[in-house]
Amino acid sequence: MEKPLNNRAWLLVLPVLALVAFSAVLPLMTVVNYSFQDTFGGNQFFWAGLEWFDETIRSDRVRAALGRQILFSAIILAIEIPLGIFVALNMPKKGVWASFCLVLMALPLLIPWNVVGTIWQVFGRVDIGLLGYTLSKLGIDYNYVNDAFDAWITVIVMDVWHWTSLVALLCYAGLQSIPDAYYQAARIDQASRWKVFRHIELPKMRGVLLIAILLRFMDSFMIYTEPFVVTGGGPGNATTFLSIDLVKMAVGQFDLGPAAAFSLIYFLVILLISFVFYTLMTKEGETL
Amino acid sequence: MTEITLENLAHSYLPDPSGDADWALKPMNLTWRDGGAYALLGSSGCGKSTLLNIISGLLVPSQGRVLFGETDVTGLPTLDRNIAQVFQFPVVYDTMSVRQNLAFPLKNRGLAEDVIKSRVAEVAEMIGMTDVLDRRARGLTADAKQKISLGRGMVRQDVNAILFDEPLTVIDPHMKWELRTQLKDLHRRFGHTMIYVTHDQTEALTFADQVVVMYDGRVVQAGTPQALFDAPEHTFVGYFIGSPGMNLLDARVEGATAKVAGVPIALARGYGPLSGRIQIGIRPEFMRLGTGGEGLPFMLHRIEDVGNHRIVRGHVEGAAVNVIVPEGQPIPAGADRIIPDPAFIHVYADDWRVDPAAVERAA
Repeated sequence: MEKPLNNRAWLLVLPVLALVAFSAVLPLMTVVNYSFQDTFGGNQFFWAGLEWFDETIRSDRVRAALGRQILFSAIILAIEIPLGIFVALNMPKKGVWASFCLVLMALPLLIPWNVVGTIWQVFGRVDIGLLGYTLSKLGIDYNYVNDAFDAWITVIVMDVWHWTSLVALLCYAGLQSIPDAYYQAARIDQASRWKVFRHIELPKMRGVLLIAILLRFMDSFMIYTEPFVVTGGGPGNATTFLSIDLVKMAVGQFDLGPAAAFSLIYFLVILLISFVFYTLMTKEGETL
Repeated sequence: MTEITLENLAHSYLPDPSGDADWALKPMNLTWRDGGAYALLGSSGCGKSTLLNIISGLLVPSQGRVLFGETDVTGLPTLDRNIAQVFQFPVVYDTMSVRQNLAFPLKNRGLAEDVIKSRVAEVAEMIGMTDVLDRRARGLTADAKQKISLGRGMVRQDVNAILFDEPLTVIDPHMKWELRTQLKDLHRRFGHTMIYVTHDQTEALTFADQVVVMYDGRVVQAGTPQALFDAPEHTFVGYFIGSPGMNLLDARVEGATAKVAGVPIALARGYGPLSGRIQIGIRPEFMRLGTGGEGLPFMLHRIEDVGNHRIVRGHVEGAAVNVIVPEGQPIPAGADRIIPDPAFIHVYADDWRVDPAAVERAA
């Protein structure tokens, strides 16, 4: 079919361009602007060149936060992805219980993030929290306020509780799309449970798993609200992840230049790692 | 290999079936002879696939028994029945190559490497995929995938039966014919019991020695293609087998005469008193056209030339009637009568054929 070409069609794209410019491009450019300048207030700016970028890359504080961030995301993915798949495989496929499970699984996803933080902040407290109080009564030395390890455990368990549902629901949707004939054919072919998973369920879930891993990586890499509410980044700097550190720098110390440079580097790191994940997983699919 | 017997078998998908309509399969008794090539024919939703899944063990019937030889396998899972089944839509294992797909059922049974190798080579030859054996199955076309499914069904030699559930739906017409021929060939060579589900009568009649016709959850007739054509036991068989199907006309039958819309027609034999809805059935092949005088008043609508014969379509008293006129025979100008051959008229009461011999014996 011959497609008519008409340059006036560009006009139709204008509203979107305008919207994106206001919502994304302009704020980003402001950050870029800050990142190359220094200010002492009074709306006076001085050119700083690459100084802030240089400082950020060399900063021990940023490097430590980045290390913690990578460790956190790695642990989160290592727990939530297999657990989500496992939960999805064991959810009922139809009937009343299927709907019940779906609602149950969706619940944590519907709770505002700061509320999730508050819930766990209270839940884990040794004096009044159900978890903290019970653990200490059982003789387990647990205190997320003083102990870095306990703080980490709390933040990780909280994230698993909050987000495993998302992985499970995505995988569940992937599983539901497999026609019955596949399972029947597998029974005819005498395939074991493991082979059914390996050769039917896992390949059919590949698409949703890619989305789940990307979403969980990006979200966990940008995590702010929940650990901020529970630990405030402490004890010390033990749970100060990148975004918490960034906010301290920008809002707490009002170092706009360094914070802007930090933001841009942070953004590029997320983009880069997501790209690596995406490439690896789509390539893996071809040779699997 | 073994004989498969269905004993008083019935199935309902509802937990608590009450009326006739709740049963997907009405009670039936049926024997599938060892080594037979069967076609299970019927329109969509008549229970063909249900019956097939019960034989393969994917479904447990609500009542009755399934016997393999002397063994009751009703409660046995598919695993222990040693049956192969090919489904309507292709099922391939995406992550495997064509070769691995074909070898999969054999590997799962722990066969020796060299046995697997020779079986896979043989089956690949049969489905014409020898040159793509090492390709990944995922990128293949739908009919190539279905050929793999067929291949996986045929790769095992020791199966009790191979069940095909409309396997050629997604395959293009030329390949369809070729695969069907190969299935038939395979049947001759290895003598597996084969049950082939289809709603296409050509497919059924060319593949099978025995055709089982199902209608509304019942087996209405089982027999050779010739028997189904000559003496359909049920109006559905008459209508479904043949192209076009049997003509059915409401009639009143008294002795050896049937009256259609007041016009008397001679029958070959006498019938006693009948009850229910009475119809006479005549195949389009056994009628000729005439003008005036004898026969049933016929309103001709159109003539279709299908090559080796012509189909004359029209109406008798509001009921659609088709007549087949062989090549070389003229169609009389202004034809307004049809004259059936009394020897080929069947009488049906409430859709079931009335056996004149039985009526005579009873009289």
